[in-house]
Amino acid sequence: MARLNINGKVQDVKVEGDTPLLWVLREQVGLTGTKYGCGVAQCGACSVHINGEVVRSCSMPVSAIKAGDRIVTIEGLSPTSTHPIQKAWVALDVPQCGYCQSGQIMAAAALIAKKPKPTDADIDEAMTNICRCGTYQRIRAAVHQAAAATPAAKSKAKA
Amino acid sequence: MKTPNLSRRNFVVGTAAASGGLALGLHLPLLAAPAKAGAAVLPATEVNLWVAIRPDGACVIRIARSEMGQGTFTGLAQLVAEELECDWSKVATELITPNQNHATKRAWGEMGTGGSRGIRTSHDYVRRAGATARLMLMQAAADKWSVPVAELTTENGVIRHAGSNRSIGYGEVAAAAAKVAAPDPKSVKLKDPKTQWKVAGKPMKRLDTAEKVNGSIKYAIDVSLPGMLNAAIAQCPVFGGKLAGYDEARIASMPGVKKVIKVNDSTVAVVADTWWHAKKALDALPVRWDEGENAKESSPLIAARLQEGLDAPQAYKSRVVGDAMAAIQGSAKKVEATYSTPFLAHACMEPMTCTAKVTADRAECWVSTQNAEASHAALSEASGVPLANCEVYRHTLGGGFGRRGGNQDYTRQAATIAKEFPGVPVKLIWSREEDMTHDFYRPISACKLAAGLDAKGNVTGFYGRISGQSINAYVNPASVGADGKDERQVQGWYEAAGDAQLGYTFPSLLIEYAMRNTTVPVGPWRGVNTNQNGVYMECFIEELARASGRDSVEFRRALMGKHPKHLAVLNAAAEKGDWGKPLPPGVFRGIAQFMGYGSYSAATAEVSIKPDGKVKVHRMVLALDCGHVVNPDQVAAQVEGSVAYGLSAVFYGDMTVEKGRIVENNFHTQPPIRIDEMPKVETVMVPTYDFWGGVGEPTICVVAPAVMNAIFAATGKPVRQLPLTKSKLA
Repeated sequence: MARLNINGKVQDVKVEGDTPLLWVLREQVGLTGTKYGCGVAQCGACSVHINGEVVRSCSMPVSAIKAGDRIVTIEGLSPTSTHPIQKAWVALDVPQCGYCQSGQIMAAAALIAKKPKPTDADIDEAMTNICRCGTYQRIRAAVHQAAAATPAAKSKAKA
Repeated sequence: MKTPNLSRRNFVVGTAAASGGLALGLHLPLLAAPAKAGAAVLPATEVNLWVAIRPDGACVIRIARSEMGQGTFTGLAQLVAEELECDWSKVATELITPNQNHATKRAWGEMGTGGSRGIRTSHDYVRRAGATARLMLMQAAADKWSVPVAELTTENGVIRHAGSNRSIGYGEVAAAAAKVAAPDPKSVKLKDPKTQWKVAGKPMKRLDTAEKVNGSIKYAIDVSLPGMLNAAIAQCPVFGGKLAGYDEARIASMPGVKKVIKVNDSTVAVVADTWWHAKKALDALPVRWDEGENAKESSPLIAARLQEGLDAPQAYKSRVVGDAMAAIQGSAKKVEATYSTPFLAHACMEPMTCTAKVTADRAECWVSTQNAEASHAALSEASGVPLANCEVYRHTLGGGFGRRGGNQDYTRQAATIAKEFPGVPVKLIWSREEDMTHDFYRPISACKLAAGLDAKGNVTGFYGRISGQSINAYVNPASVGADGKDERQVQGWYEAAGDAQLGYTFPSLLIEYAMRNTTVPVGPWRGVNTNQNGVYMECFIEELARASGRDSVEFRRALMGKHPKHLAVLNAAAEKGDWGKPLPPGVFRGIAQFMGYGSYSAATAEVSIKPDGKVKVHRMVLALDCGHVVNPDQVAAQVEGSVAYGLSAVFYGDMTVEKGRIVENNFHTQPPIRIDEMPKVETVMVPTYDFWGGVGEPTICVVAPAVMNAIFAATGKPVRQLPLTKSKLA
């Protein structure tokens, strides 16, 4: 049994402690926006936020999550899908197949929360998620666009 | 139901009931979607096979092809909407199912989505469907108003009669239009794309982006059905090896485990309540494999086999012009080189997955597929249920790239597993490791090239022999000639115009193919054989240009006089890629051109090499003539994507074979490029508006050779092997 705060809602889930958070989210909680891509923390399709930090949930056993940890998934990023990153993603038609994009968006949202005006080097460092469709050019452009559209103070408060 | 799929399906059943239509799998952009799941959506009236219209004027455009990110839903909808003259802001798409297609003797035509055919082989009939639907709507309005149809005009889903200053929306006449006799589609005059398109040809936003940025879109891996079980699978690591046994008792008491199933001769699956439980139990399951003879296969053995094929006296002769060998021998200068390219995995981000539900008389599956009719057939075959009682619900693919086409191994497996649990849906998900080690890989090959140059540096003769594995020999052995004839393996070097024509004319030419197969399964991989053959041709042409002492572009131009479309694209890439203009210190430029999938491509690449040998690609300019451009922004997206897919192969792509099995099994050993390795990509479209070419695949074949030629420019040494990790560039 684990007690988890997911997208602001505290719930108890009946799982073994070694179950990766990814599969708890997908199979017990029913939040399938977070994706399985590799299972070994390489691709980032499973990225979620825990207390504002990007975490690759496929390699995070649910037992390692502490009481009070705030987990945010793609479904909880914005109730209206209007987080600046999401708006920029829509404006530039970033996704192709879209499968990796939940993770990309979570990584990007965490990045601009920490660095409201990221440089290309910041993006290279923070955005290590894999996209096989090759949307990288638009991801970079969209992160910059979101940063430009976001007042720095407000963005920091969201972390 | 956790996913909106069922509610969508319920809606569509409503549509079908209301209209006598066959709609299924509605796909709505958020703008047109109801505010809340379950909110009432007014039923649409089917005007014809491709168009249904709701009373509020929303147009539901049916789609037969699969969406794997290439934007075909949007592009096909644009083509229909253009002729239909509907309101683009109220367009939704709806997927027809293979069983509907089967029941109507393929009324919707081909569903397979590969070979960059989605638009180029269906543009005519989908546009005619839009045009005939429009005429039917106009006729219904003319009848209602008792005016001649010729006096009516249409725009944005509204029919106007100027004479009486009346107007009516499509939604208001759809029901009447459905009863109007349909005009012969062949009699309809379609718009001129170059001068008359208003929706097609424009960079319309994708219809599926909104649901891809908030996690709401449901891929096949996200399917959730009442009572559903989950399966994890292990296939014999050695291709062709057999399942010898397993000890079910050892995992029987593990959490959630329901059953261990022998899926086929080489495959075992564990079924459990959740996938995580299934996977954990599978990992703990003692499995014995009979690896068999194929366990001897290895990369060194394959390399030796390919080398033997390069030197063998006999090979299939694909093109013979004059006596190239004699011409080369008698030339002032002779240039020779041998190139090679490895096996490559598709590594779609969504691993192979399918959910199936089978009873004695009905089988259903929920699947990501590039070929829904192949999924339908696989489901029927594996379940034993006749086709007519099988249904396939298509989901947006988490990548395709050729992996999810005709074979449908995962659909067959899911149906076989689900058969063991009658009436219970079972979701099969492959682990990434299974996905990478049981792919249908891009075939391995090597190529020996030789050419002669006269005293002025002109080519006298050209010889190319490819030795390598045949896709057709694996997929469809009957299609391969006894003499090793397989034209597909020389794709891109064809004489025939239109699809994958070689853009050069040589005074003498000999093209050969020596089929050398392996135990490794092979299949189409984005761009298929244009990838390897583009590397071989364009890198060797670069060697010739340098040997002749001429500029790379000038050298090519001299060989392209009879291929004006190839040449125009090369010129566009050279011009926009600043060919001949100075570069920053340490940065070098390369160029390549090639043709595949009915479209012409060329690229320049600007690279630098760090002291440690690491190559940085700074900028690529890709020119493309795909004839007609249906959505320029999505064409650019495909070009950008082809660079990433192509560069991943250039830098890292290498699936090696040891003891009969693939060694690289996840992204740590087989990494694609990440954002830091993505160059700035500029897309230059040079459409000639006189043909319909593909878009998803054509440009990938020039990515690798342009980069390799830039490295050649930087180091003075040609790169003849991929990936780059095989060459010392420091």
